[in-house]
Amino acid sequence: MSVAMSSARVRRTPSRVDDIAGLGRVGAGLFMAPALALIGVFLIFPALWTIYLGMTNYRLTGLAAADPDFVGLDNYTQVLGDSSFWWSLRLTLVFVVLSGILGQMMLGFSIAWALRHLKGLAKSLTETLVLAAWVVPGSVGSFLWLALLDRRGGTLNVLLDSPGTAWLINYPMASIIIFNIWVGTAFSMLLFSSALASVPPSQMEGAEMVGATAWQQLRDVVIPNIKGHILTNTLLITLWTFNTFTPYLLTAGGPNGQSEILAVYIYRTAIPGGQLGKGAAISLIMLLINLVIALGYIHLARGKKKRA
Amino acid sequence: MNRSKNIGVTMSAAALVVILAACGQGASDTPVESAAPSAPETVSMTANAITGGKNAAEADWFTDWVKPQFEAAMKADGRDVTVVFEPQGVDDENYKTKIALDLQSGGGADIIGMDGIWVGEFAQAGYIEPLSDVAGSVVDEWDGWPQISEAVQNALSFEGERYGVPQGADGRVLYYNKALFAQAGLPENWNPTSWADVLDASRALKAIDGVVPIQLNAGTAMGEATTMQGVLPLLVGTGVELWKDGKWLGGTKELGEVLGLYRTIYVDEMLGDPIMQQEAAGRDNSFAQFAAGKIGILLEGDYFWRSVINPAEGVGNAPMADRDTNVGYALIPAMKPGAGVNGQDFVSMSGGTGRVLNPNSKNPELAWELLAFMNSADAFRSRVAGTISITPREDVNAEVLKGDAMLTFVSEEILPITAYRPGLAAYPEVSLALQEATVAVVAGEPVDQVLESYSKAVADIVGAENVDNG
Repeated sequence: MSVAMSSARVRRTPSRVDDIAGLGRVGAGLFMAPALALIGVFLIFPALWTIYLGMTNYRLTGLAAADPDFVGLDNYTQVLGDSSFWWSLRLTLVFVVLSGILGQMMLGFSIAWALRHLKGLAKSLTETLVLAAWVVPGSVGSFLWLALLDRRGGTLNVLLDSPGTAWLINYPMASIIIFNIWVGTAFSMLLFSSALASVPPSQMEGAEMVGATAWQQLRDVVIPNIKGHILTNTLLITLWTFNTFTPYLLTAGGPNGQSEILAVYIYRTAIPGGQLGKGAAISLIMLLINLVIALGYIHLARGKKKRA
Repeated sequence: MNRSKNIGVTMSAAALVVILAACGQGASDTPVESAAPSAPETVSMTANAITGGKNAAEADWFTDWVKPQFEAAMKADGRDVTVVFEPQGVDDENYKTKIALDLQSGGGADIIGMDGIWVGEFAQAGYIEPLSDVAGSVVDEWDGWPQISEAVQNALSFEGERYGVPQGADGRVLYYNKALFAQAGLPENWNPTSWADVLDASRALKAIDGVVPIQLNAGTAMGEATTMQGVLPLLVGTGVELWKDGKWLGGTKELGEVLGLYRTIYVDEMLGDPIMQQEAAGRDNSFAQFAAGKIGILLEGDYFWRSVINPAEGVGNAPMADRDTNVGYALIPAMKPGAGVNGQDFVSMSGGTGRVLNPNSKNPELAWELLAFMNSADAFRSRVAGTISITPREDVNAEVLKGDAMLTFVSEEILPITAYRPGLAAYPEVSLALQEATVAVVAGEPVDQVLESYSKAVADIVGAENVDNG
């Protein structure tokens, strides 16, 4: 009752139409100030600093570390003309599509779909197992995988009776893709589990009554209902997979750059390679790609809402 | 003003106060100069050494001898000093990155262990300063300098200034497994005099099942080990050096010979394991494989003998119980007798590690006192008690090297014929270009093509006018 009254009062004052909390311009500004200050210090300043660094020849050691020169867009022309950058970008796309979009999403959805009627112990056991991979810290998880894939006496070689197979050397991309699917599937599974729970049971029952097959139910009832979830999940997973660095712990980008996805490429250029300026330039390019991905999804989401 | 607005203002003001207070606390956390002589002081040192792992002997020596001895000595002077050791046990490349970041951000331990070849680039970056600039004139008065030869001091010097105290000298040899040699019908006392001799022995070893005949470091994953225990000892065996008379070596015929040997070993005759040199932990794996009797010949430094296959408890990270009877070592031959640098029959490469003072140290006098203490004759006697190495001090070497045939060999046979890397800031990048050249050769690219891309890479680094393409 009192809520209705106060909102009615607010509405009566024309100047207060947008000020639902009743803070006033200054009050709202002060409320936002700490958050904005933190965002400024930890997000906007580093981003601007990266733009600046990317236009210098700054290095980790040597003369250019003490006294970097401004080189304009040299780093960018160098990077864009460097075949190893394009190679790395291509690897990253393969990695995102196979391990993120196809692997994590499909597997996560399949598990959620398979578990939807399951109850009790079997369900929590499966969920716990999948979740464990996500909960384990990256360094621990990678160590487990190193032990699994080790060339000498690794678990996989013992199981398959294939002594001496250097999985991480012979199949570096396949290894990190499967590793990343293992790591990330839990998130998709959880998200799709709750999405599936939100599908109105009446619609499912209706579909079943008219004799729809499982595939038809999926296509005509479930997917239209969880479209928003799919879009959000794809966005998050694409960005996470695009930016992930954990595969470095397995292959260090090797052998010979064969698993050097973009995040690893930047690290190897900037830190062990010492070329901080060039690394900053590639980082900015990566940031722009991230923005494009995010804007693309937002555009898709808006279009969906309009149609709905 | 209504009530909710009041609350909002108060809350945001409170939030601001909390944040500002937190900032203020950080800013006021500046060092307070301790005037009282008995005020507790701390001095720290870091090195790529860790008990139970890499360079364990150095780590143990530091915690078991240096720390208690130095703290006791300071106590006798009425000072309350705590010595802190910050151990690391990682690849040299990662260690270098870590200390560079430490120094760049104004932090890091007071005393930092580093490879002599890094001194130039660290000094140019302004991360380290000459010892006497950090700790004052007391450095030049130290009684240890006359005991350390000029050549050894140079390992930690740059542009004529001492940046650190060297830890000793080293040299590279060919190690071989005598049991495998016997099995392949090769002599127990092996003295190859040319690359062809080494290849012949490797071919003989190839007949033994499950054994890698020869492992020659290659690839970028091994970092500097590829250059120092691979390309450079071979290069001096062809009669040239990487840097001579102001010019860097380009894609010359001599480098072609070196890369050709890589090709013979890894591609044409499969005498080495081309996968091992691509593994992230390839060098450690090569150690373990040699210790397990699975590698016939391995080019390594005396470090391998002292700190890797050393059977003494807790010293080697791939100990070989029968090291003294089963592991042989031979001088690295030039390509052909007399074809080495300066017309030598045998060649080697040497480097040197040492310790520098951190210019960010809050107590540089104390740090220097500890550094000088660690380099006293007593300290080195204790350092080499468990595992003998060639120390920088001539007085200590004269006493201790008698006890180890291998290190006497290095000191007497190798140090006179050895060569050093150019201590220039561009060196690490040129070194990386050499490592990349070996990667390409092992991956099967034709040598001519690799030479061409190598000369282009070097020209990009140092400028085409500073490259000698033969």
